[in-house]
Amino acid sequence: MQPHDETPHVPGPSLWPVGFAVGIVVLLVGLIISWYITGLGALIALIFGFLWVRDLTVGTALTHAEEVPPERPTGPNLPAPAGGPAMPHASPERYPRSKFLELSTLGVGGLIGGMVTVPALGFMVMPAFLKQAHKDIDIGPLSDFPEGKYVVATFMSDPSEGEVSRRTAFVRYNGPGGPKNQPSFTIISNHCAHLGCPVQPNGPLNNKGTKEFGNVTLIPTISIAGFGCPCHGGQYDTEGNRIAGPPVRALDRYSYSIRHGRVYLGRPFSVSRVVGTGATAQIHEWRFSFPGEHVNGIESWLYPVQPPH
Amino acid sequence: MATRRMTRSEQLQQTILYPLDWLEERSGLVGGVKYFLFRKVPGDINWFQTLGSATLTAFLVQATTGVILAMYYKPDPNSAYASIQNITNHVFAGWLVRGMHRWGASVFIILMFMHMGRVFLFGAYKYPRELNWIVGVLLLAMGLGEGFTGYLLPWDQTAYWATVVGININGTAPFLGPFLAQFLQGGTYINADTLSRFYSIHMLLIPGGIMALIGLHLYLVIRLGVTSPPWSKEAAGTGPLADASTNGAGPRSGLVNPRPRRSAR
Repeated sequence: MQPHDETPHVPGPSLWPVGFAVGIVVLLVGLIISWYITGLGALIALIFGFLWVRDLTVGTALTHAEEVPPERPTGPNLPAPAGGPAMPHASPERYPRSKFLELSTLGVGGLIGGMVTVPALGFMVMPAFLKQAHKDIDIGPLSDFPEGKYVVATFMSDPSEGEVSRRTAFVRYNGPGGPKNQPSFTIISNHCAHLGCPVQPNGPLNNKGTKEFGNVTLIPTISIAGFGCPCHGGQYDTEGNRIAGPPVRALDRYSYSIRHGRVYLGRPFSVSRVVGTGATAQIHEWRFSFPGEHVNGIESWLYPVQPPH
Repeated sequence: MATRRMTRSEQLQQTILYPLDWLEERSGLVGGVKYFLFRKVPGDINWFQTLGSATLTAFLVQATTGVILAMYYKPDPNSAYASIQNITNHVFAGWLVRGMHRWGASVFIILMFMHMGRVFLFGAYKYPRELNWIVGVLLLAMGLGEGFTGYLLPWDQTAYWATVVGININGTAPFLGPFLAQFLQGGTYINADTLSRFYSIHMLLIPGGIMALIGLHLYLVIRLGVTSPPWSKEAAGTGPLADASTNGAGPRSGLVNPRPRRSAR
């Protein structure tokens, strides 16, 4: 073993960790802002991290290299066996051909395998996360929504997909309200916040008042006392707040816009709890989450990252 | 007369066995099958030890009936339910094959649990068979995955809403749950691709994995042998690892190797 150097083995000053830290920061910022920035940050961190690790390992590799030569057999050539020709001691091959062929076969095989499997796996996984684009949906003129009454609106979120994309929302016109005295709507999704079953209005529907156009069906309610889920008994009040049963939060809502006197459904968002009612209700718009997930409080820490919806 | 009769029966035997001999000479398959089927097992094993074979049989029934059902089933949201109706009501013996697949699924799951319980209660998961327990647990998970993905395929109200609930239960798993749920339904909501996705997972992805793991499971069973019941006075079961020269008294005797009953005390 070699005697220890007097100088301590401290790696020299390097700028790579700084770049690595910058990459991590960009990644964390990207988690909040945009997936592309997350990817960029991950790339920066990966490149600088690799260079940093390479820097460190190059230093250790050199110290090891000094210890290698004594281990090689350096004795005199073997004596020739009796009667046979003298066998010169083969110089130790540092990189024999068979090893090269073995590694190159593995490498080329792995490369070909990767070229086949990586796109296939991407084809399997990525479509579920890319292009989850949202289209605004026309659910009818303002006059179809009587003030203070819920209307059960059934529509197709993507008509090109057909019946499988049919969704239901409960739409209530709250009359003019808000700071600019514009028409105000309460639009509640029928997906139970427990495990996604369809909640039903707790009260009679006025089936004779049904209106249909295109893919949209509007059924007015007569008077409802809230919403209930048939699967596991979750109960909600008329603002979608949970009042009983297993749901973890209030019912999801849709944002909306009004164009040329028609109501358009926008993006859905999740709601923890609604304070107040109708046009004056105070709602924190949480990121749209799967049913059964808390959107605030300590339990929401279990779901730090949401896939792009 | 006697010799002539012997010759004739021998001739007959030879004629019958000729194809097998032909195969054996060229492939060694007959010997392989014999090696697989005619293994030595402990003398006091009982009917509980047949649960594994029963599970395998149930899987083979599922595989066979599933292949046939796939000839008539259409994994498309607009025609899936109608094709199930057609299988049940119009295709010859369709009700029988679909019934076998549907009820056989429950039989398969129940048998897996019973087999698992037998292995647990007999202590058959212990050294050197831990790896086979792990493989078995993976098989159980895949079997449950088959149940989950297969339940959607009839595409009726029960199937649809049970799958909605099942996917959302997956979604509540910490950290990666939302990604798992979105992967399963192929998007933010159940959409037109979800059914064919489940169909592909149900009939290609998971069965392929199950078959590979069953191969590994059986290989380990053959290599390590069958365990005796815990109340057995006999040492643990025999396997190909048996070392005839030491009469089973090797370093791992009593676990893998056979030990004659008299020397076991």
